[in-house]
Amino acid sequence: MFKALADPTRRFLLDQLFERDGRTLKELESKLEMTRFGVMKHLRLLEDAGLVLTRRSGREKLHFLNPVPIRLIHDRWIDKYTECQVSALANLKTELEKNV
Amino acid sequence: MNPTAETKTVQMYRVYIKATPQAIWDAITRPEWTVKYGYAMLLDYELRSGGKFRAHANEGMKAFGCPDVISDGEVIEADPPRKLVQTWRMTMSPELAAEAFTRFTCEIEPVRGGVTKLTVTHDVTGAPIWAAVLAGEGEATGAGGGWAEVLSGLKTLLETGQQLPFQSGPAGD
Repeated sequence: MFKALADPTRRFLLDQLFERDGRTLKELESKLEMTRFGVMKHLRLLEDAGLVLTRRSGREKLHFLNPVPIRLIHDRWIDKYTECQVSALANLKTELEKNV
Repeated sequence: MNPTAETKTVQMYRVYIKATPQAIWDAITRPEWTVKYGYAMLLDYELRSGGKFRAHANEGMKAFGCPDVISDGEVIEADPPRKLVQTWRMTMSPELAAEAFTRFTCEIEPVRGGVTKLTVTHDVTGAPIWAAVLAGEGEATGAGGGWAEVLSGLKTLLETGQQLPFQSGPAGD
């Protein structure tokens, strides 16, 4: 999973799916300066890591973001008591970066 | 994204659990299990096509003024321990009750080495408020982490016998 996340193109694809789920390959590749084959390779890696799920709808293959593996990592290392501190820091980061 | 009643919206989630398909099926359909993870609701199923589905509030939710019945729906397909398809509407508040009945599909497949794949496909078309809760968008305001949290709690419970601390509802232990 960490390998899957360690690439800007793949993170971009996940961001796209976070914004709106159920996108086709055509939609996903239209936002990238990359061949269809290259995008497919990245999507395959994300699928293998369990971060992207696909489902057929008629002739189209739709892609969905699966947040569960990330949630499991979250539950493993962050309990509900430290979560407040973590989200406070995350909010601070968001706040500070707004003005950059 | 600003979902409207017309937006066709499907959410998909998958988790791998070291448990038998039957154990997962029971944990999803039997109230003695459903109170132990996720939102800790008491689910009440008539497990046959056309059967009634109800979810009852737990004591913690009732203390917050929740009505007794917080979800209703109908079973479309019950094929234990492989597949469950049903309609599901939240009725906790008038706003949620006014939304459309959603379609919830749960597929349970053994993979290998005692590991089972659980895939949830939730067609939340016409239910934008509940869709946001299920996607975990209300977590910061106390609405819980949606399906990702529910399925993580289910995995932990079946694999370790432990309950994750509840973010909403009563304390876990």
